[in-house]
Amino acid sequence: MTQLALVIDLNVCVGCHACVTSCKEWNTSGWAGPLVDQNPYEGSPTGTFFNRVQTFEIGTFPNTETLHFPKSCLHCEEPPCVPVCPTGASYKRADNGVVLVDYDKCIGCKYCSWACPYGARELDAQQQVMKKCTLCIDRITDAKLSERDRKPSCVLACPASARLFGDVHDPDSEVSIAIRERGGYQLMPEWGTQPSNHYLPRQKMRLHIDPEELTRVDNPLRREDLTDYTGEETLDDVAW
Amino acid sequence: MHPAFSVIFLTTLIGAGQGLYLAMVTGQLYAIARFLPAQTDQFYAIGSLVALALLIAGLGASFFHLGRPERGWRAAAMWRTSWLSREVIILPLVMTLVFAYGVAHWFGWTQPLFQVGAALQVDLTLLLGVLGTVASLALFICTAMIYAAVRFIQEWHTPLTVSNFLFFGAASGFMLAAAYSAYIGNPLVTFYGTWAVILTLIALASRLAHLRRNVRLKYKSTVQTAIGVRHATVIQKAQGATGGSFNTREFFHGRSPVLVKQLRMIYIVLVFPLPVLLIGLSYLIGSSSLPITAFFIQFAGLLIERWSFFAEARHPQNLYYQSVA
Ligand code: SF4
Ligand code: SF4
Repeated sequence: MTQLALVIDLNVCVGCHACVTSCKEWNTSGWAGPLVDQNPYEGSPTGTFFNRVQTFEIGTFPNTETLHFPKSCLHCEEPPCVPVCPTGASYKRADNGVVLVDYDKCIGCKYCSWACPYGARELDAQQQVMKKCTLCIDRITDAKLSERDRKPSCVLACPASARLFGDVHDPDSEVSIAIRERGGYQLMPEWGTQPSNHYLPRQKMRLHIDPEELTRVDNPLRREDLTDYTGEETLDDVAW
Repeated sequence: MHPAFSVIFLTTLIGAGQGLYLAMVTGQLYAIARFLPAQTDQFYAIGSLVALALLIAGLGASFFHLGRPERGWRAAAMWRTSWLSREVIILPLVMTLVFAYGVAHWFGWTQPLFQVGAALQVDLTLLLGVLGTVASLALFICTAMIYAAVRFIQEWHTPLTVSNFLFFGAASGFMLAAAYSAYIGNPLVTFYGTWAVILTLIALASRLAHLRRNVRLKYKSTVQTAIGVRHATVIQKAQGATGGSFNTREFFHGRSPVLVKQLRMIYIVLVFPLPVLLIGLSYLIGSSSLPITAFFIQFAGLLIERWSFFAEARHPQNLYYQSVA
C-alpha cells in the first residue's frame, strides 16, 4: 500500500515561508479553495493556511540555536481525526493514504480539530468547513502533469530543498532512504498516531582538530637542514 | 479550550431536560409501587412537556455550534465510530419518547396492556417511560463521551467526565421537578427535593474527584515531543501568523487564570451547597418559592461549571501556539 508523505529537513530549512505562500496560492485557487484571508493588510491579518512555518529558539543566550519548523497535516497512518467525524466528511484515501475532507459533507462541527493533537486542521471562517493540507491532491494525482511537476506545491517552491515528497512505504523511495539514513522522526510519538510525515533532525557539522595537527609534520618551511654553507657547490647548483 | 456558548447551553439544557424526564418516570414508578400517592396524568404530561421544551432548546443551541447547520442531518452517518454521531441519533429518539410519554399521559392511555407477575399492570405510559429512561441514560453517555473520548485532552479523558454529566443533569432535573411540584403546590416536592439533594451530593463527589485528578495530571506531550528536539529550554518565537488563527481562537479561552479560578469557586458554591441549603430551608419553613430559586441558582452554577470544564482543558496543539512575537 502506498502512503504518500513529506519529509522535512530541519537541517536546511531557512524559514523563508516560500512553502507557505506557494501552498496558499495553489490551494486557494484549486480544489480546496478558496482559503479565506481576513484583514490581509490590517493590523491583525488572519486566515486559513494548510502549512505554517514556526520558529523556536533552543537553549539560553548566547548558546542558542534557531529552529524553523514547517508544520502541516502529517497524514497520520492511524488518523485520530477520521473516526470522530460524525458525517464521514473526513477520510483517509485507501490508494495513497492522504487524509482529506469532503467539503460538501462537512458540517463544520470542529470535532476533528479537537481530535488532532498537532493543530493541523483549521475551520475556514468563510466557507465554514474544515480545511487542512491535502498534499496538493489535485496536483499529485493529475496525470497530465509531468513527473517533475506532480508534487505538492510546497515541495516545488522550497529553495533549500528542505521538503522531500514520496511514498514512505516503499523502502527504496527517496523519503524512506532519508528517514532511514538521516534519523527521520515523527512528532508526538506518544499518541500512537503514526504520522506519515517525518522530520530530519538538525545536524551540527563539527570538525575535530587535534592540537598536534596545527603543526604540520611535513612543513616545507620548517628548518631542518642544519649544515653551515661556505660557498661550495651544493646539490641545488647541479640539479634544476 | 474555548468555551462555546452553544455547547454550554446544549449540554446543560438537555441535561436538565433528561433529568426532569427521569424524575417524572421515577415519580410514576414510586406511585406504582405505592410508595407515593398516585398523581394525575396531567402532572406527568406537563412535566414531560417541560422536559421536551428543554431538549428542544438544547438542540436549538447546538445548531449555533455548526458552521453549516443546514447539513446537520448528515451527522447521523458515522454512528459506528463517532460519539457525536451517536448523540445526534439518540437526541431525537429521546425527544420522541419524551413527547410520546407526555402525550400518552395527557390522553390518559393508561389501560393495562399486559401484566407482569401478580401485581404489575404494564400500560403504555410505563412502557414508554422505561424505554425513554434507557434512551435518556444512553444520551447522557453519548454526550459525555464526546468529550471523554478525546484522548488528547487529558482533563476530559476520564470516566469522571461521564459521571459528572450524568449526575449534574440528573440533579438539575430533579431540582426542576421539585421546583415544578412546589410551583403547583404538589406534595411531591419533598420527594423530588430529597432526590435532588442526593444527586447533587453525588455530583459534588464526582466533580471534586475530577478536579483533584486534573490537578495531578501529567501531560504526555511537551514542546520537546511536539517538535522533536531534546533540550530543556525550547521557546517559541513565532507561530507562523501574527493575527491569530483558528488554532488560537478554538483552543484558548483567552481569560486570566485568576478569573478561571474565581469562576471555579463560584460554581462550586452555586451548584452544591446553596441549592441544598435552600431545599433544606424550604422543608423547614414550608416555602414554595425556595425550591424554584434553588433550581435557578443551580442551573446558573451549571452554566459556569460547563464554561470551566472547557476552560480547564489544555489541548496539546497549544504547544505549537505559545507565542506570536
Ligand atoms: S496530523 Fe492531525 S489532521 Fe492530519 S492526519 Fe494526523 S491527526 Fe489528522
Ligand atoms: S468539522 Fe467537518 S470534517 Fe471535522 S468532524 Fe465535523 S463534519 Fe467532520
